[in-house]
Amino acid sequence: MLDLSTIREGDSLPTVVKPPISRSTLALFAGGSGDHNPIHIDIDYAKQAGFDDVFAHGMLSMAYLGQLLTNWAPQQALRSYSVRFRAITHIGDEISCSGRVSEVFQENDEPRVRIELTAANQNGDVKLIGEAVIAVY
Amino acid sequence: MIDRSNIGKSFPPYAVEVENHQLRLFAKAIGETNEVYTDEKAAAAQGYSALPAPPTFGFSLSLSKPNVFEAYEALGIDLSRLLHGEQKFDYIAPIHVGDVITLHEKITDIFEKPEKRLEFIVIQTSLVNQHNEHVGEMTNTLVIKN
Repeated sequence: MLDLSTIREGDSLPTVVKPPISRSTLALFAGGSGDHNPIHIDIDYAKQAGFDDVFAHGMLSMAYLGQLLTNWAPQQALRSYSVRFRAITHIGDEISCSGRVSEVFQENDEPRVRIELTAANQNGDVKLIGEAVIAVY
Repeated sequence: MIDRSNIGKSFPPYAVEVENHQLRLFAKAIGETNEVYTDEKAAAAQGYSALPAPPTFGFSLSLSKPNVFEAYEALGIDLSRLLHGEQKFDYIAPIHVGDVITLHEKITDIFEKPEKRLEFIVIQTSLVNQHNEHVGEMTNTLVIKN
């Protein structure tokens, strides 16, 4: 459980760094997530569509950022979680997930924190930005 | 341009069971290390009646619909031009293994940014479990690159 008395605006959540994304990662995630769009797993299809190679599912990085949240707080405390997909994540990218408490506030009779989220690759290129609201009790 | 008269269109509700094997494969695929998602005892210790679905799994439930991409193509979307723009989840109650979740999907907006040659379609999904309990909402913004 989170302790409200120790949480301050500006606090950072422990970073989550994932291994480089491989073709195997994408094949597994296609099966695990049910997203069988060939753009992520079939290089011939991706080339026909004008891309140099397959690229990662946006929802893979969103799941990675979700791990940052559920490592920090129990999922039952999660009230909302949203992301904007800013750039395509490529094979070989090493996704690093970070979060920061941007607001401590009261809503629906419970104390809550707002978390600003970023997923970036090994060069610091931002791939996703997002926000989560977590109840503190 | 996707026909804006599709705004407000609902898709037929679709019920899908949350399967143990699928949750474990999802956990493996994302390199999950938190045992609450893979170990029933750890899940029970956190108050879950069965393994919980992780925060983004609702999106996977929406993809388990048969011919999911055909529904996009029926709207005139070329799958190879389709990108995920934004995704939002609102959580009301947990989703667990064994739950049967009915998805109620509706197109809530269609708009374009002609200067960027982009079209957007927003799909809102309500998730309701087998006890008729509203467990969450998803908002999916798709982008079509023209």
